[in-house]
Parts: sequence; structure tokens; C-alpha cells
Amino acid sequence: MNILVSIKQVPDTTNIRINPETGTLIREGVPSIVNPYDVHALALAGALKRRYGGRITVITMGPPQADAALREAVEYGADRVVLLSDRKFAGADTLATSYTLAETIKYLAREAPFDLYLFGKQAIDGDTAQVGPGVATRLGVPLITYAVRVECFPEEKKIRVHRKTERGLEVLEASFPVLITCDREVAEPPFAPLSALIQAQTIQPEVFTAEGPVPFERDRLGLKGSPTRVHRVFTPELKSPGERLLVSEVGVEEAVRRILEILRRKGVLTA
Amino acid sequence: MNAKPRVWVFVEQEEGQAHPVSWELLGKAGELARDLEGVLEAVVLGHGVEEVAREAIAYGAERVYLIDDPVLAYYRNQPYAHGVVQLCRKYHPEILLLGATTLGRDLAGSIATSLETGLTADVTGLEIDPESKNLIMTRPAFGGNIMASILCPDHRPQMSTVRPRTFPLPPRDPSRQGEIVREELGLSEDEVRVKRVDFIPKDKTVNLEYAEVIVSGGRGLGGPEGFDLLRELARLLGGEVGASRAVVDAGWISYEHQVGQTGKTVRPKVYLACGISGAIQHRVGMQNSDVIIAINTDPEAPIFRIADLGIVGDLYQVIPALIEAVKREKGHE
Ligand SMILES: Cc1cc2nc3c(=O)[nH]c(=O)nc-3n(C[C@H](O)[C@H](O)[C@H](O)COP(=O)(O)OP(=O)(O)OC[C@H]3O[C@@H](n4cnc5c(N)ncnc54)[C@H](O)[C@@H]3O)c2cc1C
Ligand SMILES: Nc1ncnc2c1ncn2[C@@H]1O[C@H](COP(=O)(O)O)[C@@H](O)[C@H]1O
Repeated sequence: MNILVSIKQVPDTTNIRINPETGTLIREGVPSIVNPYDVHALALAGALKRRYGGRITVITMGPPQADAALREAVEYGADRVVLLSDRKFAGADTLATSYTLAETIKYLAREAPFDLYLFGKQAIDGDTAQVGPGVATRLGVPLITYAVRVECFPEEKKIRVHRKTERGLEVLEASFPVLITCDREVAEPPFAPLSALIQAQTIQPEVFTAEGPVPFERDRLGLKGSPTRVHRVFTPELKSPGERLLVSEVGVEEAVRRILEILRRKGVLTA
Repeated sequence: MNAKPRVWVFVEQEEGQAHPVSWELLGKAGELARDLEGVLEAVVLGHGVEEVAREAIAYGAERVYLIDDPVLAYYRNQPYAHGVVQLCRKYHPEILLLGATTLGRDLAGSIATSLETGLTADVTGLEIDPESKNLIMTRPAFGGNIMASILCPDHRPQMSTVRPRTFPLPPRDPSRQGEIVREELGLSEDEVRVKRVDFIPKDKTVNLEYAEVIVSGGRGLGGPEGFDLLRELARLLGGEVGASRAVVDAGWISYEHQVGQTGKTVRPKVYLACGISGAIQHRVGMQNSDVIIAINTDPEAPIFRIADLGIVGDLYQVIPALIEAVKREKGHE
């Protein structure tokens, strides 16, 4: 099987800083991780490769230090890793991101077509869940989001996917190629075997820029190719606080009486 | 051609059952249409769903575009995206809103890409800029620490997804008149490349988003057993149990119960926060509740900044006494 995984490096912690002028994230100095859902997508790719053989290509678009994410991907079994890094890619919203990734994928697929495209269900920095559907649309391949279980039938070039919806579990089937966005349950990341760790030292990320080798239309990249604009950033206003009671002063009885009063008034205490 | 700008809401339905977020969006979109001097219209796709189209009129749509086709019997990305994109190309809506549900998010990304327009996810505020007439879409950004307002000035439609319960349900008026415009899908089952082979419904779903009362617990419970107490209170009040992310991550309760930025947005009549500090990521999910009651031992806890009634004290003193009092009240003793 020929599998492509698209991963994103995201800032790890809560101590996130914003550039007040542009309203964009200051990435420098913030510890980075591979987006957690993408780790599960990588783990799934690794499991499928072990079972059925094949090849895994991993791509990421980000600043130069995003190559750390690709080195981690090699530990999961990636055979080829590509970093898309260029100032012209910066400031991309989901439309420009899906354009850049889809064009890159088309370029890479010239060598050998992919059977399966794996994405995370969403990236935890923006939580948009838009890039996977966007890339599937651009590639014209069937999209299956929120996958929790993936079964492959490579001889029949078919896939069966369980996806989680609000109402239950849906089981879908499709023929290759398919783009799947992965939830945590699709596969657990294994401890990296030593051989993969050693390989991780040797495989170097290839760096693609806006100049090449992928033939991009410049106007569709980065900030320029992004229809959405950050207009203003501000701290959310709080609603004015109400009354404060100290149990140590008024006692438990009084506190309970006041809560009951509210429950009664809101009509949620009907016998 | 109609010169009036069209404000569109995609009405999400499954098996003829509309998701209430669609009506909430019609309520908000009605305000936007007024500010734009435009028309409020709905889009309904499905099979045997004319009733849903009529409901959309009852909730305020002046006109409904309906594609009724067996291929749309259950949701799949390809035919649904195909249908909506086709309608957009024909009628050029100014604005298109969808629910930020599993279905809505799956669909919105595909539509926006096909139309090469911008899409803003999970917005919490929508308004029309009085000067430029652009849609200002506000959403929490970067872990909820700040809010960002986003514009899509040069591309149409301006698209966003909105979580259930972000906007209130508008009044329903079944006597309201509107037009239903039937359109063709123009896609046959042979062309759809994904097939559903099975569907396993959940036995019990936690209906947090539409609960009238939520008794919510955080790390202040001290352990998973604490939720037994909250469950009892929630049951007595006919409500549901909510939780902070800290306790979901700790495995004290399942993710379905999580309220906040990465959980559910809720809007109950009463939200009772027990042992929850009230971090910004929690507050963004529950600050639209009618009444917020907080019980916390720490008088400095940020939850008190938004609580209508803040009780500084030990929840293990207050909640058992409250349970007894509710029981007495319900038994009319
Ligand atoms: C990107 C991101 C997304 C997030 N999304 C969410 C989200 O969706 N939802 C969410 O909830 N959080 C979310 N968080 C986490 C959030 O920042 C907080 O860490 C979390 O809400 C804290 O949970 P807590 O209030 O239960 O715990 P704590 O902050 O530890 O608070 C426990 C509180 O209990 C009180 N307490 C202790 N004992 C008692 C007692 N006996 N009686 C009464 N009070 C007592 C303490 O005074 C304290 O205020 C997110 C964080 C990030 C970075
Ligand atoms: N810059 C990027 N480079 C590679 N993949 C990405 C990038 N951004 C998003 N993705 C992929 O798209 C998924 C959804 O991201 P998002 O739409 O931003 O929530 C992620 O889990 C990744 O698989």
C-alpha cells in the first residue's frame, strides 16, 4: 500500500503568546509537538505498512523547525518525509493550506499513486477540522472524517471505516484512494523499535519551497492566498459577577435556601 | 436577478429529524439579513424531507431551496457537498452558515474549498459591519485566551460554522408563509463512491447541549466517586452531569460530559459548577447559561467572576444538604 500522512506541528502548552499587531501566533520559543491526532494517523500508517507492506510518505507545512515532527514520523515508519517551508507559505488559512498540501500531494503522486491519505481529525491549535476535507475536495477523492477504526482489503483495493457521529457509529466502505481524518482510536502509537530509531537518524527531510519542485500558483499561497483576514483580536469581556456568599458566615442552610430559590424561580424544581 | 443579498442557513437533518442548531442559526441569520436588507433563506437536502423545509419557514426562512433525492437518504460528504455547491453557484448567497456538528464540519470544509472561499470554524459571534457590510465572525483563538474577529472581505459566500447552543432558539410560527423551491441533485447513486454498510446507534447519549439543568464537577471533587453525588442531584433535577477537562483527562468521567472550548457549548437554565476553578476554556462553553451557581472553596476562583450566585465553601457540605432539601421540596414534606 502506498500511504500519505499529513501532519502538523503545533504549540504544546497553555503558555501561548500572540503578536498583538498581527493577531498571529508567536511560535518561536514555544515547545512544539506533533498534533496528537496526527500521531494516531502515523501509528495507523505504521500498522498498515507492517501488515500489508508498502510505503509511507509524510508531509508537513511549517517553519524550518517543523522538521522535528518529520524525524518523529520516521520513527513511526515513514520512508520519505517532506517539509514544505517558505515565507511565502506563511499566514495561510485553511483554504491556502489545503491548496499547498494538495498540489504537493499531486506532485508526489506522479511517482506512484497513493491508496490512502491520512490526516488528523483536527489540529489542536486552531481546532478547525477543515484541512482534511479541503484536501479531499481538491484531490477529488472520497472523504471519511472522524474515523475510529480502519480495515483495509488491499487485494480488493477497498477500505472499511467506522466513524463516530453524534448519533452513533457509522460503517462506510469505499475503494482506494480515500482520504481519512483520524480520531485517537484508529491506532495506538507503539514504542519505536530500535531499527526505526536508527533509520530516523539517516532519513533526511526533503525541503520543498514555493520555488519548487512543486509548480505552485504564487497567488494561492500563504497570506496572499487566504480569503480570511484577522480583523481584530481582543480579550473576552466577562459578564458582571453576581452575589457572593461565604458558607463560613451564613451557614450551609442559608446557602442551600438561596440555591433552591433560584431552582424554583427557573422552574426546574417541579415535583 | 434578485438584488437583495441572500443569507443562507444549511438545515441539517438526519432521517427527517432536523438538528436544532439549524433553527438557532435561522434566528441569528434573520438578524443579519435585516442588517443587510437581504433575505433569509434555508437550504434543505435529504430524502422525503419536505416537512423539514416547512419547519424552516416556521423558524423564519422566507424561501427554502429543497433538494429531495434518494441519493441523499443518509448523509455522505460527496452528494451533499455537490448539492450545496451547485445551489451556491446558481444563487450566489452572500452568507452561508452551518452547524459546527460532525456533519456540518465535514460538509463545510468541502463546500468552502469548491467555492474557493473562506470558512471560519466555531464562531461565537456574528454581526454585520455597518460600513463595509461585511460579516464579522468572532471566535475564540489560541486556547480561548483571546477572541479574534475574522473577515472574508473579497470572497463569497462568507462562511462559518457555529456550535449548537451558541445562539438562542428563535420563536416558531407555523402560520408563517414562505416559498419552497425544488432543485435537482444531478448526481446518481453510481457516481457516489462511499457506501454505508451499517449504522450502530448509541444506546444512551448524554444530551448535554440541550439540558435545562447541568450539575458540573471539576477537580475539586477530589476523585471519581464525587460524581455519584452530582449524578444524584442531576437526576432529581431532571438534568445532566457536566465536567471540566481536568477531570475528563483524569478519567473520572467520559469525554461526552466535558464542557468548554474542547468540549460542549451549553446553555441551560441553571448551571451549577462544583469544584471548578473556571478557567477561560471552561467559561467559554458555559457563560451563556441563564443562571450560573458556583460552589468553590477558593474565594479567588475565576468562576466567581461570572457566577450569578457564588458560594464560597466546601461542596461536600453544600451538595448533600442541597440534595436533601430538593428531595423534601419534591416530596412536599
Ligand atoms: C487548548 C485548551 C483547551 C481546553 N479546553 C477545556 C475545556 O473544553 N473545558 C475545560 O473545562 N477545560 C479546558 N481546558 C483546561 C482548563 O484550562 C483548566 O485546566 C480546567 O478547566 C481546570 O479544571 P478544574 O476547574 O476542574 O480544575 P482546577 O483548576 O484544579 O480547579 C479545581 C477547583 O476546585 C476547588 N475545590 C477544591 N476542593 C473543593 C471542595 N471541597 N469544594 C469546592 N471546591 C473545591 C478549588 O478551589 C479549585 O478552584 C483547556 C485548556 C487548554 C490549554
Ligand atoms: N500545516 C500543515 N501541514 C500538514 N498537515 C496539516 C497542516 N495543517 C493541517 N494539517 C492536517 O490537517 C488536519 C486538520 O487540521 P485543521 O483543519 O487545521 O484542524 C491535521 O490533523 C493535519 O493532518
